[in-house]
Formats: sequence, structure tokens, C-alpha cells
Amino acid sequence: MMDQSRETWITGIGLLSSLGEGVEVHRSRLNSGDVPVTDFSAFPTFLIHPLGAIDFDKQIPKKGDQRQMELWQRIGVYTAGLALTDAGVAGNEDLLKRMDMIVAAAGGERDVKVDASVADELRTANNPEARLNERLQSELRPTLFLAQLSNLLAGNISVVHGVVGSSRTFMGEESSGVQAVQTAHARIRAGQSDLALVGGAYNAARPDMLGLWEFAQMHYRDEFKPLFAPDRKPGMATGTGSAFLVLESRQHAEARGAKPIAKITHVDSARAKRSSSGSIAETVGTLFAGARKQSPNAGAIYSTASGVEPATAEEAGVLKAQNLPVRAVASRVGQTFESMFVFGIAFAALAVAEGKLPAAMPGVPLETQGADGVQSILISTVGHWRGEGIGVVEAI
Amino acid sequence: MTNKAFRDSSGRPIVVVTGMGLVSSLGQGKQDNWAKLVAGVSGIHRIKRFPVDGLRTTIAGTVDYLFDQPVSAPVLSERLASLAAEEAVAQSGAGSKGNFPGPLFCAVAPVEVEWPQRRALAAEADPAQPYTPEVALQISARGKHPEWHELFLYGTVADHLADTFGTKGMPISISTACASGGTAIQLALESIRRGESDAALAVGTDGSVHAEALIRFSLLSALSTHNDPPEQASKPFSKNRDGFVMAEGAGALVLESLEHATTRGAKILGVVAGCGEVADSFHRTRSSPDGKPIIACLKHALSDSGMTPDDIDHINAPGPSTPENDKMETVGLTAVFGERAKQIPISSNKSMIGHTLTAAGAIEAVVSLMTIEHQRIPPTINYAIPDPALALDVVGNTARDAKVRNIISNSFGFGGQNVCLVLSGDPA
Repeated sequence: MMDQSRETWITGIGLLSSLGEGVEVHRSRLNSGDVPVTDFSAFPTFLIHPLGAIDFDKQIPKKGDQRQMELWQRIGVYTAGLALTDAGVAGNEDLLKRMDMIVAAAGGERDVKVDASVADELRTANNPEARLNERLQSELRPTLFLAQLSNLLAGNISVVHGVVGSSRTFMGEESSGVQAVQTAHARIRAGQSDLALVGGAYNAARPDMLGLWEFAQMHYRDEFKPLFAPDRKPGMATGTGSAFLVLESRQHAEARGAKPIAKITHVDSARAKRSSSGSIAETVGTLFAGARKQSPNAGAIYSTASGVEPATAEEAGVLKAQNLPVRAVASRVGQTFESMFVFGIAFAALAVAEGKLPAAMPGVPLETQGADGVQSILISTVGHWRGEGIGVVEAI
Repeated sequence: MTNKAFRDSSGRPIVVVTGMGLVSSLGQGKQDNWAKLVAGVSGIHRIKRFPVDGLRTTIAGTVDYLFDQPVSAPVLSERLASLAAEEAVAQSGAGSKGNFPGPLFCAVAPVEVEWPQRRALAAEADPAQPYTPEVALQISARGKHPEWHELFLYGTVADHLADTFGTKGMPISISTACASGGTAIQLALESIRRGESDAALAVGTDGSVHAEALIRFSLLSALSTHNDPPEQASKPFSKNRDGFVMAEGAGALVLESLEHATTRGAKILGVVAGCGEVADSFHRTRSSPDGKPIIACLKHALSDSGMTPDDIDHINAPGPSTPENDKMETVGLTAVFGERAKQIPISSNKSMIGHTLTAAGAIEAVVSLMTIEHQRIPPTINYAIPDPALALDVVGNTARDAKVRNIISNSFGFGGQNVCLVLSGDPA
């Protein structure tokens, strides 16, 4: 029924995580089960998935550009570059000029040493508010402000890679990533866009962000255990990483001879009333029903479950009822918030392109083996605090 | 959906506005704001919310009449948005109370833990030990402030608004810096054009004037330091303009397909005829000196609305009163409108309201549609020393009656963000 020329093809993937960088590293480590990479030492008692050494020069050649960004933006801009390169779009001014961009973002790094030092002094200062003004004026770096602004990840992608067709930044934790993909997909399908870059980035090695999750004691603080393992304690093990996709109308991809990796055939999002018990399960169940109607031959599920309860337990109930092999994204790269759904789409695209699911995590009943030849994968996102979403990725 | 009268020249659903709400430092409600805007009243005043000791800029257009005690930025942003949306939804009559028949697109300022919380955490730590980031994390992890987690999530303001107004689906929270309000309207327009919904609520809100926010903009030399008298600080297009004045407020618009609005007999306030967007890759905070992105953005908006430069009767300028932005806007307008650029009346609401940052695009869209309704253009106040380099027909100091059918309302922001909206009176 749908005009096939308006299918949403994935023609480029950029990945950066604790597993390494690029599509090939991720594919091989996921397939062989050589995951995860975790660390307890940076923030004792908090388990995170850390980023290895990155040679940022490879995607952000100007040191001046790198200096204008903090790590969050650098890894995002770097990974966006990987996606553009993968799609054969990088450096092609004609294409970049009309390429749309939706970035899912929160905010960037603060100078936490300055923050703590100021808060320390204000405990005993005579006129604390005046002293706050004084210290902020002398110790805040002007460039740091720009490194913090949500929309400056997109802004830096424009500056470094030249993506200028349009630039929109969605906020709102996990949901923003779902909505970035959902909006780009809807625009392509409706003929409002032909070529789009979508993605997000997160730096987990930030004490201030750990503190934000820990206000509600939501971070994972135990030895690594995969999501959905029966004896796993609640909490999210956050991960540093970034995922970007180049999405393209089939017509546009074919016209320029771009090789598709997979296609997105369905994205939906919802908002459960989390104050009532069981509402997450009900909402996720409805999303699954809609997605399975769209793709009756779905052969597996990628879940981006965070590990925060009750969200993950309620999602697990729905997953079990689907009777399909499940793979948890966060068990492999950690919880990356805004880019979580994008990681899920990317991993699913790699799997359907090969017709092969990654190795299952030992000790997780939901992660069953699964047959070869998988053609369609569902991606489920249940935000740690709010927001549910689903996507369908199919082989081409 | 087959009636041609409900479609534009490209065959897309015509999208109209059926409700609007506005809150600013001038007051609450669009009638109150309009009366003050056409009278040339400024909402800029000396900051009372926090001590301004030692600050280079001591003025802002804060909204101080909603809370007795200081509140966090997301709390004020939510309240501002809620008041504007309430006014818009009530006027439109779409849906029923707490049951708005479409999605929410909410432009909202980025959030983060603020100084009162940082200081409260430090006060809970052992005073005998130095307070470090590691200690801050340990204190945070005691779990004594679970509500701060939700307060400082980026999706919270929009989520609460979705609860209040019963909008459909997961709301989208947007940040495109000073273009955010325009982007919210653009996303609503695109969604209705795609046929995803018959109605959408677009909101821009910003209640984030606090000491650190002010200092950050001040360190970028973006703010006016003409502190005395405050009401004369924001002077767009003047030769002595020296920066913008931070301000707070919210604008809300109910967008609806013409067909839906007509079917239910709603009063139509105007048309969102089209939108243009282009990003600028020149610099993080500065426009490309050749003006090409602004020019392309203006052209896209005209072409999207099926209009030519000759169709535009008035320009609602971003006009933030910074030396750079007002100049670059003039470069863009001159390139697109040619000689007519000098004849199309242009005005900047920021001369009176100040720069409401995330909210500005939405507020200015509301003012633009009121301009069409009243056939009267609010002035750019403080236009005492016109900048001869800006060859524009600035509506200086006093409101002007004019025949206004189509307005282009522009928003340009940090990060290379450019959004232009074309707003019209009656559906064509």
C-alpha cells in the first residue's frame, strides 16, 4: 500500500562505545559475545561502561574545533562523522547542504571541580550570593557554556561536518532518541525529507550525572550482571557512547547508488501513566501489538531496558510473552539514554543485514539462541523514568 | 480530506491557528501584553530575584509575579508554559478540559542542577572535610532528594504539561537555542501536514534567568550593560545597541488543520503558511558573514508558503539588539527583499519584552498574529539613534497602523539555528 520509493533505508551507521569504534568492531564483538567492557575504578561502587582511547583527529581534524567541545560533544561529533563516512555522504557538499539532522541530547559537562570548590567556600562565606557571582565570573570558561548547550552537539556537527539542511535537537532522555528516529522516519515517508542524520551521545564518566541518577538511587552499584538476569540487582549501569544513523528515502538512496544496510518500517512512541502499577506493561504491550501487526515475521527483539525498576520488570513480562529471542542493548554497551534507541536500531540493522543474532548472554532466560536468517527485529525502549517506544528494522 | 478548499497550493492540509496564549514580563495574557506592546511599554527592570553584586549586567525581563519564593528554572518554565497553554487551549476550544486532541511540541530551556541544590548538598557534607566532586556524588547518593532527579530531567516540563492538558502521545521537547519557539511551531506544522493529527499544541517557554545563566551570557559579551535606566537597554537597530537583555515568558499556539477547525466551527486567528529552516556551519555563535544561511532560510520559508517577497507586508524581526545579529539580519533581508527591504515595516518585540531565548519564537508568532488581527504594528522602542548601516523601515518608538496580511517572523540562534515562519491572516 505504501509507496515503496518512500521507504526509510539505513545507509550509514556510526557507533562508538566501550566496545570500540565503528560498525565492524561492534558486529564482531556482539556476534562472538566478547562483551561487555566495564569499570568500577573510575567511580568506586558505580559500574560504568567506559570509553577507550579515541583519536579524535580522525573525524575532527581541527584542534580548535576539539577545544570548543567537551567529551560529550566530541564523541557525538566523532560518531556522526563515522555515520556520514559509512553512508558515503561525508564531504559531499551537495548532499550535506540538504541533509536534515535531528540530534537527541541532554547537556554537556560542567567544570565539577569549580562547582565543588565554590560550593565548599559558600558554606562559610559571609555573603554567599555575592561571592557566588564573583567566583562564577572569574572561573566559568566562556567556551564551556557552549560545550554545555544541548543544541551545540548539532551545532558542532554543522561546523565540523557541514550538515546544514536543518538542525533540530530533541531533549528528554530515552524518549528523545525514539522521537528523533520517529520524526526522521515520518518525514522521509511523507516526502518532507530525503536524507537525514539522527543520533545522540552520552558521557557516563561524569560525577555530576551519576549524582543526578543517584538522587533517586538509580545507578547500578554491583558486579556486572546482564539485564534480565534473575539475580540482577535493580539499577542502570551507564555507558559512554554514541550512535548515529544516516536515514534515506529508498528513491534517494537508489538514485545515488547508496548501499542500504536495512530499512526502518515502523516507529511508535507512547507515554505510560507510570504512577499506576502495570501501566508500563500495558503500554509496551500495545506498542508490541502494533509493531507485530506491521511485521508479523519479526524474529527477535532488541530491548534497551535500563535496569531501573519497576520499568524493566514490567517490560520483561511483555518481552516474555512475545516468545522471541531477546538481546539487551545495555548489557553490551551500558545505558546511554538519548542514544539508546539509536543503538538498538543500529544493532538490529547489523543483525538483519547478516541474518544472524549476536551471541546470547549466559544466565539470561530471555536471551534464547534464535535461529539463523532473522529478517526483522523489533526494538523496544522503556525509559528509566518515562516514555516508551518501539521500532521495526527489516532486511532489504 | 478531499475538499480542495482545505489544501494549500502544494496539496497539503492548510494549517491554521485557533488559540494563542502569552505571558511575559509585561504581564499575563495576550490582551494585557498587546496593550502594553502597542503603547511601547518595557518589561525590563532591575533584577530582584538574586543579588547582582559585582555583575556587569543587573537588569532582565524576569517574570516575578507568579511565585513568592525563588523557584528552580524548570518550575518557573512549567508555570509560564502552563499559563500560556491554558489561554491558548481555552480560546481554541479544541478538545475538552484536560483532553487536548493532539500532540505537544514544547520548546524548553536545557536544565541542570542549580546552585541552591549544590549548596544544600555541600551543607549536608562533613564541614571538616574539603568538599570535592567525589564527596558531592556521595552526598547525592544518600537518596535524600529523590525529587531532584525528576526536577532536572530534560523531559520533565513537557511531560507535566502533557499531564495537565492531556495532549496525545509522548511530547517532544525541543532546544534549538533562540530559534526553539519557531522550531516547536514548525514541528507542529509538519505533523499536521503529514496528517498525523488534526491539532497540535506548540509552546515555547523560558524561565531560566538565574545568576549563573546571566553570567554565562555575560562572559560571552552577549548582554547589554546599559543598566540604567533598564527600560532603555534593549535597543534593536540602534547605532548604540550593545547586546540583548535576558527575559522570561511563554507563548503557546493551538495549530489545527483548516478542515478540522472549520468542521467544528472554530474561530480562525491566522494561518501558518510556511516555514523555512537552514543551519549555519560558519561558527558556533556567529552567522556566516555572507549571510547565505539566513538568505536561504528566508527563501525556503517564502517558497514553502507559496509566496514571493512582494507578498510580505511586515517583518517580525529577531532583532535581539546585539551588534552582530541585527546587522546580519539586515544583510539577509536586503538580499532577499532587495529595494523593498527599506519599505517593509520591521519591528522587534525584544525592545520591550527582552530576549526570552527559548520562548522568543513562540511569543513573536503570537504577537505577529495579533498584529494581523489589529492591523497595527507594535513599535521597536528605544530607537533614538538609528543605525545608518541598517537600511530598514524600522517601526520606531510608536506603533503604526498598517495593512498587514502576511508576516515573516524570524528566529536565529546559537549553534547555527535559523527558522523563519510565514504567518497570514485569512486562509487563502
